[in-house]
Amino acid sequence: MKRTLFDKIWDAHRVMEIPEGPDVLYIDRHLIHEVTSPQAFNALRDKGMKVFRPERTFATCDHNTPTLHQERPIEDPASAEAVAALARNTADNGIRYFPLGDPGNGIVHVMGPEQGIILCGQTVVCGDSHTATHGAFGNIAFGIGTSEVEMVFATQCLMQAKPRQARITVDGRLRHGVTPKDVILYIISRLGTGGCTGCFVEYSGEVFRDMSMEGRMTVCNMSIEMGAKGGMVAPDETTFRYIAGRRFAPSGEEFDRCVEKWRQLYTDDDAVFDKEYRFDAADIPPMITYGTNPGMGMPVDAAIPDTAVGCDSASFDKALAYMGFRKGQRLQGFHIDYVFLGSCTNGRIEDFRAFAAAVRGRRKADGVTVWLVPGSKQVERMIEEEGIGDILREAGFELRQPGCSACLAMNADKIPEGKYAVSTSNRNFEGRQGYGARTILAGPVVAAEAAVTGCISMPSACLSS
Amino acid sequence: MRKIITIHSPAVLVANANIDTDQIIPARFLKTTSREGFGRKLFYDWRYGADGGLVPDNVIDSQLYGPDSLQRCSILVAGDNFGCGSSREHAAWAIADAGFMAVVSSSFADIFRNNALNNALLPVQVSAGFLAALMSAIKADPELPVDIDLPAQTISAEGAGTEVFRINGYKKECLMKGYSDIDYLLAHKDRILEYEGKHAVPSGAKI
Repeated sequence: MKRTLFDKIWDAHRVMEIPEGPDVLYIDRHLIHEVTSPQAFNALRDKGMKVFRPERTFATCDHNTPTLHQERPIEDPASAEAVAALARNTADNGIRYFPLGDPGNGIVHVMGPEQGIILCGQTVVCGDSHTATHGAFGNIAFGIGTSEVEMVFATQCLMQAKPRQARITVDGRLRHGVTPKDVILYIISRLGTGGCTGCFVEYSGEVFRDMSMEGRMTVCNMSIEMGAKGGMVAPDETTFRYIAGRRFAPSGEEFDRCVEKWRQLYTDDDAVFDKEYRFDAADIPPMITYGTNPGMGMPVDAAIPDTAVGCDSASFDKALAYMGFRKGQRLQGFHIDYVFLGSCTNGRIEDFRAFAAAVRGRRKADGVTVWLVPGSKQVERMIEEEGIGDILREAGFELRQPGCSACLAMNADKIPEGKYAVSTSNRNFEGRQGYGARTILAGPVVAAEAAVTGCISMPSACLSS
Repeated sequence: MRKIITIHSPAVLVANANIDTDQIIPARFLKTTSREGFGRKLFYDWRYGADGGLVPDNVIDSQLYGPDSLQRCSILVAGDNFGCGSSREHAAWAIADAGFMAVVSSSFADIFRNNALNNALLPVQVSAGFLAALMSAIKADPELPVDIDLPAQTISAEGAGTEVFRINGYKKECLMKGYSDIDYLLAHKDRILEYEGKHAVPSGAKI
């Protein structure tokens, strides 16, 4: 029987099958944060129980945390209490917690891999839809609700129906200046925001093989934005090199033994997927979105189309009305108010390198507010160690402290009503970045171009190639 | 958990496709550590203006409540790909807390579907054709009763006809009897320990 990578990991984690029902899956890694865990801890406490396998759960605070003055108490009392509850709950249950200011703190999907918590061939869950990120290491990783967080706390297991499977193959070489974010925005624009609902996706082909782990994480992260349960890339030498030497990763001979096992993590030739999609890397341009779901994307220099995949005409018109755009409008040269670099999609060191390379020797545009938010304390440290901080400051930018920040605006980092933000985050939903905020999703290079020109612009790297 | 057998009620119609969980419950309301009271925040930005005042004739309140301000609907009918985006279970809590027992759409985001099932909120997935007919019938008569029969797995309304919907047998039994997954898992702890015994922690992490 030919099996996919997904089949192999699923089969290895199936504890039992329920007739006419879902499978019971064992969970290797459980990441938690302060927003979706407190009710699960409360429910556990009400049952008189403790976390069953606390060594498999890791906690960080990221959604409610400020990105300025983290050394001070959190001002918003509700946010402060959410973070304090996480500290109490993890201490009560013996769970390792990376509190605000800790060298390991950061956005859950940035710090997890950095700390070597995420390995290969695992089941990884978190009460957060962007858990799909960890599929970049060849894992079955997916977001869950709080009732499911409670199930993992209580039993280290979940009940899950096996999803269908899709493979997305992108062969060829990406054009100069095209980033992993552009690749996934392009794919979502072609398949629609619900195009992979009910499916788990494997990304295959030269483009993903050539990508860094950071790039693969950006791609897998946004799998959920086309409805996929998760997305994965088969592990290879790039993956093993990334994991080697990290704090919680196995080391020495144990690491070598793991790598031997991880080399078996690939889809067999002739394994069959429920759906297959193929794209050519040469067709992928720098992308932006123009609407209110991530499937409403287009090339930076294109005109807004009349329709989007999976969007009826009334919903399409409502989205354009919210954005203040019209069909046929070109956005190149359109003035924007805010730029946000960060989030679990584009808050990694590679994103800051790309942004810095694009703004080097140039100046921040007047009248544009730019928030540069590292994804973790480690990214923050690397920015300074690599001299990226100096480049950014010379160009007139300031760096903020790590957290989810304006991606979902749970802290003070809110885009004001009616303002336009070029954002490297993952969702352009109505009100996502603040009440009435208008989000234009893009990669770090397009965001950099917007930060120095004050408008939507084609990256200079693309113009010169 | 509450049990679901049959539902007979008019419906609230939100016809847009791709309604995400940020619309269902905006992130700024997720700071509480309790799971109570989210119904008042359901579709908040559609119902309340920037000043916090209720928007007159907004799409939710105008349908949800009768002239006597009493809730008249326990069924929500929504456009395709309902509940996409964030995994926040607060979305399912808000819908259930607002008094709904079922959501009808032509597709549901995977995480939302699980969250709904874990909160005794029945996701009824129907064909695009049936959904369109149901929406037209509700638009023509907002008082139109919709009938959902879980044992028979049918949904019907005058003008839209009857359609059989699918739900896996285990989940159907859970909803009809008020069982939850966690009780099932706890009852099978021996199987979990057996699995752990056979699989010598394949993750290999230093902890």
